[in-house]
Amino acid sequence: MRVCSSPVNWRRGRGHEVNTTPLLPLRCEGLCFRAGDLTLLNDVNFTLEAGGITAVLGPNGAGKTLLLKLCHGLLLPTTGRLQWQHTPTDLRARQAMVFQKPVLLRRSVAANIEFALKVRGLASDERSRRTRDMLARTGLAALAERPARVLSGGEQQRLALARAWAGNPEILFLDEPAANLDPAAARTVEELITTIAASGSKVVIATHDLAQVRRIAQDVLFLHRGRVLGQGSVRGFFECPPNETAAAFLRGELYW
Amino acid sequence: MSEFSTALSLAFDLLRHADPVLVDIVLRSLRVSLLALAMAGVLGFALAALITVTRFPGRTALIIGINAAMALPPVVVGLAVYLLLSRAGPLGGWGLLFSPTAMVIAQVVLVTPLICGLARQTLEDAWREYAELFASLDLGTLRALSTLLVETRHSLLTTLLAGFGRAISEVGAVLIVGGNIAHVTRVMTTTIAMETSRGNLALALALGLILIFIALLVNAGVFFTRELAARQGA
Amino acid sequence: MRLRQWIVVALLFGFLHAATAEENVITLSSTTSTQASGFFDYYLPLVKKATGVEVRVIAVGSGQALKLGEQGDADVLLVHDKAGELAFVEAGYGEDRREVMYNDFIVVGPGKDPAGIKGQQDVVQALKAIAKAKAAFASRADDSGTHRTELRLWALAEVDARAASGTWYKELGTGMGETLNTTVGLEGYTLSDRATWLTFGNRGSLRVLVEGDPRLFNQYSLILVSRKKHPNVKAEAARRFVDYMTSGEGQAAIAAFKVGGESPFKPNYRGGE
Repeated sequence: MRVCSSPVNWRRGRGHEVNTTPLLPLRCEGLCFRAGDLTLLNDVNFTLEAGGITAVLGPNGAGKTLLLKLCHGLLLPTTGRLQWQHTPTDLRARQAMVFQKPVLLRRSVAANIEFALKVRGLASDERSRRTRDMLARTGLAALAERPARVLSGGEQQRLALARAWAGNPEILFLDEPAANLDPAAARTVEELITTIAASGSKVVIATHDLAQVRRIAQDVLFLHRGRVLGQGSVRGFFECPPNETAAAFLRGELYW
Repeated sequence: MSEFSTALSLAFDLLRHADPVLVDIVLRSLRVSLLALAMAGVLGFALAALITVTRFPGRTALIIGINAAMALPPVVVGLAVYLLLSRAGPLGGWGLLFSPTAMVIAQVVLVTPLICGLARQTLEDAWREYAELFASLDLGTLRALSTLLVETRHSLLTTLLAGFGRAISEVGAVLIVGGNIAHVTRVMTTTIAMETSRGNLALALALGLILIFIALLVNAGVFFTRELAARQGA
Repeated sequence: MRLRQWIVVALLFGFLHAATAEENVITLSSTTSTQASGFFDYYLPLVKKATGVEVRVIAVGSGQALKLGEQGDADVLLVHDKAGELAFVEAGYGEDRREVMYNDFIVVGPGKDPAGIKGQQDVVQALKAIAKAKAAFASRADDSGTHRTELRLWALAEVDARAASGTWYKELGTGMGETLNTTVGLEGYTLSDRATWLTFGNRGSLRVLVEGDPRLFNQYSLILVSRKKHPNVKAEAARRFVDYMTSGEGQAAIAAFKVGGESPFKPNYRGGE
């Protein structure tokens, strides 16, 4: 159900052709992460299925960002394991992550996207074609030659999403992508996330914004003090919170 | 005060007539220092990048050593290079003493620690910002390093200018290893020292003004090139 | 990027090429006095024309000039320190020492002359008067020929000047020109060679106060650096240079060099020793 219909020429055999064996589902079993005496994640178990948007929900300091980085492979768990359906050598290249504060390169908007495609080994003409495509779909076409670092917060976040999306990731991790944005910019970013999910990429989004979860996510993973305290469909979680902590969080009465 | 006004008008006269002896000396100064800068830049940046992304035993000691070497006295460097290149020294067979190449070598030794020390600070700050993105994009170490160098190019350019300043203004080392030979190893600074010893204070001062003027031109050139690049979104 | 790398490589090789000096390019280690007077700017083109030899001059104090010869970093020396020269030849570093020209030392001092030595014919008496008045005296203190001469004169005056170092006797450790600059600032006395003084542009209130004493005689000698110690020495070209300087034509050219109407150097080569 990929929107990108024309076959892409991946020079190093990354991307499409190897997608025949999907990465997902991802099973996390007994994940623990400790830093010194602090246990930041404690016995986390869950399964990420392919398709749709899963929200990692929880108050500040719950361990959401950390969990995303563990899944993406930027950090190694102290104990426990991550079991992908399939573990190719280019595992991370088939994923992407957008950080809360987008890290943009000091070059033009278009060059930021081109860079991500270049490191994936895409040929030059294919790169520029795909970059144009991404810019058009993220509404950044008019800003293509602007230095990326002078964009507004919303535009920067969109560019970061475009750059992550450009590589056609099977799974995309987003860390609070709409935090610090005004409502209009947040809405645009949310629409873009929905489009990305519709194009076939699995989206995992860390957030503490309940309304946002209702608007865009299908599944939720509720995290509190490094533990999973509920997971399931968004509808079920909101209508029937699995425990008092989740209920308190939904009421806005849970403090870290 | 009269020395200053005499020096100023003398400097103007020398520049206006493009005095051939002066032009020869200025070009040699630039050639030696720019070549030394290019080599020190390659060495310094490579070493700084290596220190930034790798961890190895003795790394801290190396950093402290490099930072301390920023204060290397030029005369000591000159003496060390002299003893190496002297006919009686270990590299005497190369026959490089009292040549522009010897001056380049001395300036490379002087400037590399400065460039490496300053660049390392820049690169480490940038590395903290970019490390996760590069890991996420699955960049290899070499690609991460080259990208980091490109990303910090503006700060690194300033580092190069600092290195250029140290190279072109230095006299102690190039006097010892170059010998201030007319038409061969005579550069701006050794000429200034020589004219001072001849008691031609106004001329020496005028040459100093011209040296500063050239440094000004180089810096202005870099500044405006950078502005232009920034405006074009680079 | 590639183009820039090639430019760097090309520049480097350009320098290396320049460094691989040809047989006809020799290095002359000499004193600051000969360079400061502009003598070489006048004389070396004549050498080149007559012999085809290009002479590159490293101007340092006589002590360091001898040291350069010892290290094999020069092909020929032109210095003025007889004791040091003889020791140098004796140790086998040099050969064929030829006394080629001379000038004289002078005592310069401030116009108001606090030690009252103006017109004094006897340099030893003049130094005694300076020490007695505790008038500021700047010493080269750099192991140069001039410095060694100065120390001999203090010994003759039976004054232990170095015991007064830091008071009226200032040991500078600098070349002749720098020492003269400092002496101007101190309004003190110093011993200078005449060549440097003639071309010195920053005399301030300094005047020549003592001259003409035979003990102020200053002999310059040529010494070939021995090929036995340093096989890289370009002995053949160096010998052509030395032969020219001691030839009738070369000697006449020395005498013809004038600064402000005076000859800083006078030829006095008398044939083989």
